[in-house]
Amino acid sequence: MNVVNNKWIGQRTIRPDGVDKVTGRAAFAADTTMPGMIWGKVLRSPHPHARIKSINTAKAERLPGVKAVVTSRDVVDFTIEKGAVMLGIQDMRWMCRNVMARDKALFPGHPVAAVAATTEAIAAEACKLIEVDYEVLPWAIEIDDALKPDAPILHEFNKFDGKPSNIMGRIESKKGDIAQGFKDAEIVIERSFTTRPVHQGYIEPHACLISVAADGKTTIWSSSQGQFMVRAMTSMLTGIPQSDIRAIPAEIGGGFGGKTIVYLEPLATLLAKKSGRPVKMVMTREEVMRATGPTSGSKSTVKIGARKDGTIVAAHGSFYLQAGAFPGSPIRGAVGCSFAPYDIPHVLSEGFDVCSNRSKVAAYRAPGAPIGAYAVECVLDELAEALKIDPLALRLKNAAKEGTKAAHGPVFPRIGYIETLQAAQNHPHYAAPLGKLQGRGVASGFWFNAGGESSAQVNITEDGNVVVTTGHPDIGGSRAGIANICAELLGIDYKRISVIIGDTQTVGFSNLTGGSRVLFASSMVVTQAADKVITTLRERAAKIWEIDPEAVKWENGAAHPVSPNAGQFEPLTLADLAEKAPSQGGPIGASVQLNTQGAEGGFGTHICDVEVDVDLGIVRVIRYTAVQDVGRAVHPSYVEGQLQGGVAQGIGWALNEEYIYNKDGKVDNPGFLDYRMPVCSDLPMLDCALVEVPNPKHPQGVKGVGEVPLVPVMAAVANAVHNALGKRFYSLPMSPPKVSEVLDAPAQQAAE
Amino acid sequence: MPKLHVTTSVNGEPVEFLCEPYETMLDALRGQLGLTGSKEGCASGDCGACSITLDGRLVCSCLMLAAEAEGHEIRTIEGMARGEKLHPLQQKFLEHAALQCGICTSGMLVASEALLARNSNPTEEEVRF
Repeated sequence: MNVVNNKWIGQRTIRPDGVDKVTGRAAFAADTTMPGMIWGKVLRSPHPHARIKSINTAKAERLPGVKAVVTSRDVVDFTIEKGAVMLGIQDMRWMCRNVMARDKALFPGHPVAAVAATTEAIAAEACKLIEVDYEVLPWAIEIDDALKPDAPILHEFNKFDGKPSNIMGRIESKKGDIAQGFKDAEIVIERSFTTRPVHQGYIEPHACLISVAADGKTTIWSSSQGQFMVRAMTSMLTGIPQSDIRAIPAEIGGGFGGKTIVYLEPLATLLAKKSGRPVKMVMTREEVMRATGPTSGSKSTVKIGARKDGTIVAAHGSFYLQAGAFPGSPIRGAVGCSFAPYDIPHVLSEGFDVCSNRSKVAAYRAPGAPIGAYAVECVLDELAEALKIDPLALRLKNAAKEGTKAAHGPVFPRIGYIETLQAAQNHPHYAAPLGKLQGRGVASGFWFNAGGESSAQVNITEDGNVVVTTGHPDIGGSRAGIANICAELLGIDYKRISVIIGDTQTVGFSNLTGGSRVLFASSMVVTQAADKVITTLRERAAKIWEIDPEAVKWENGAAHPVSPNAGQFEPLTLADLAEKAPSQGGPIGASVQLNTQGAEGGFGTHICDVEVDVDLGIVRVIRYTAVQDVGRAVHPSYVEGQLQGGVAQGIGWALNEEYIYNKDGKVDNPGFLDYRMPVCSDLPMLDCALVEVPNPKHPQGVKGVGEVPLVPVMAAVANAVHNALGKRFYSLPMSPPKVSEVLDAPAQQAAE
Repeated sequence: MPKLHVTTSVNGEPVEFLCEPYETMLDALRGQLGLTGSKEGCASGDCGACSITLDGRLVCSCLMLAAEAEGHEIRTIEGMARGEKLHPLQQKFLEHAALQCGICTSGMLVASEALLARNSNPTEEEVRF
């Protein structure tokens, strides 16, 4: 059913979890404790690449207070030879080696052992007593180094083009014939770009508390983007069946994709099992920076051919993405999303997955897409400049619309990309005057969005209120969105609805909070469950009135006869029917489980103004407007929050964030002081313009909104910097030293 | 080295505790005092999620030793609401959806209150810095 004349959908209600979060009561994973609890710590490799010849834990085990020590011998091995064992997009062969190094340590920070002791200090002391005999190997961190003919090979079994290689895979999206396409072109622009790995930067470090009973029954409190993922991975890596693992989702302090895999949970479970004590593990910020996330660094080449009137006829992109220690960089996002906003007859988009000696990448907000969009949208800016066409007009001329076949496969249904371009063109920001050393840039972006498995229960309480249980950790206000939708459907006040995130043993399987899928998928199951509840309520009223259920309608939170002909009865409210439930057939509630389909992709177009301090080389973003087709803004404040958050992260990626490596192959800036994410004082107000083109495949028109906002940002900033200085940057971040270098260079070689 | 005995006041209540000489105020609050509203995001004073006030002055509790609380007045997020009545800042944070995941919300609220206590009408720039 499509909800019209909305009372609650679209309202800026107060989020159900809000009071807990403004009073400090909300329980994040690191806030939990248990009687008898002890502390776990991880011993990590100091080397970027080393063979582990032996590990001796005897001295550590003898230290008073130490209760358990685990190494890779305790973790279930998924052998390389037996082939891939997939859990979602993760191959457990890599996951088991990422949580604990087996034969080789592949990055500084790679876990090699873990200890549980009565205090954190004793656990840390015990780690120092573990003797690891390493054979230090040559290492490669940057893509170029990993691709050299004589590069050290991380995974010796792997071959590419018949030779041992760090290229772990290649994918492509193809449409038409690019050779023909470039022949048809009157202008061709080809450029190469690099981006640096950046961390998701969630403020909450990874944490968990785990208890394993003598019979193997396991309880996990952890911060993650999916309690079911935590249960499945922990089960696979420890051998405990899923039915014995209750994974309770703590409040999550940011994830951005980085908490879609496990690091600590299998180790804490093994330590808890060995010691018989609940084990708590909390990462330090330094551990987060050395051993988790980030997203890939990249090396891309994009070539675009067009007619003189601006019609794009051919595009070729090749994207090399760093996977870190194990295969699995987000090449699919780079390959599939980069050209998706445009209707181009001939496209070849290729991605290469490159391993090197740095931490395994994790998902980060539209994984891969911002990397590809940075290259494509910067080339489009040059094309517009060369053809003397307004950059938004160039995009509009080539924009994908309903019926366009994207190179990655789908034919688009009704989409709102054109509307975002038009809204950007008409926005006062686009016509606002610019001052000296100021510049304006635009860029667009696309993300697939995801559907997938979701479960929900809608139960009517005995006093006539509502409890909704879903299975997705709420990372950006999804409980508020669900409450708005449920209030709308049931016709009752929003405050009468309590939305709970269930644990793995109390709600049906629900896939990750990721892919911008949560509100899309969970509102679909909640809608169906609420519809079932309404059917029950109508049947109960019909029974009481002794009329046909078809003659009863549900309106404003009560059952009414559909017309006077059906009979004259006083409405029966939710509270009335709840009270009568025991005598009229029992409890009222419904649960629905679906593999949801129809999550259509999302598009955004951004306008960015910068001002460059030419003395210090500092680029400041002084005005920013993010326009996005959001389908239906169920709770506009949290939609805007997603847009603003994505933009802030993109500005960091564009201007500041990068890991600095020292000569020993170790990260030299593993903290927020030297790894510089944008803070309040670095940013202007970030304006949002929401375009609502409802998703025709969703009951409320919902589209995912969380990831698109990061996709266009780096290109928008880079194009603005070019507009301000007349010089282009082909590598990120555009940090003060790099900007100064370009400004100080003789004019002819600038930015080459 | 023996533990240190600290007598202090937290959110207006007298408190005594024992701590290690190296223990931070944040660890003491989150550990034995059971006040987990202050969070550790970085342990280097950069993120502000652990913000508290010491005699009314805004400090990062991760950079303060627990022993330094001796004889001073500490206030944390847990002391901001009056019983069931939220502080106006807490209410406004809710109304304006000024939180997403909420991990640093405590710190932002404590910092906002400290700012307003010394400057009742700050400019946008003063808020951002």
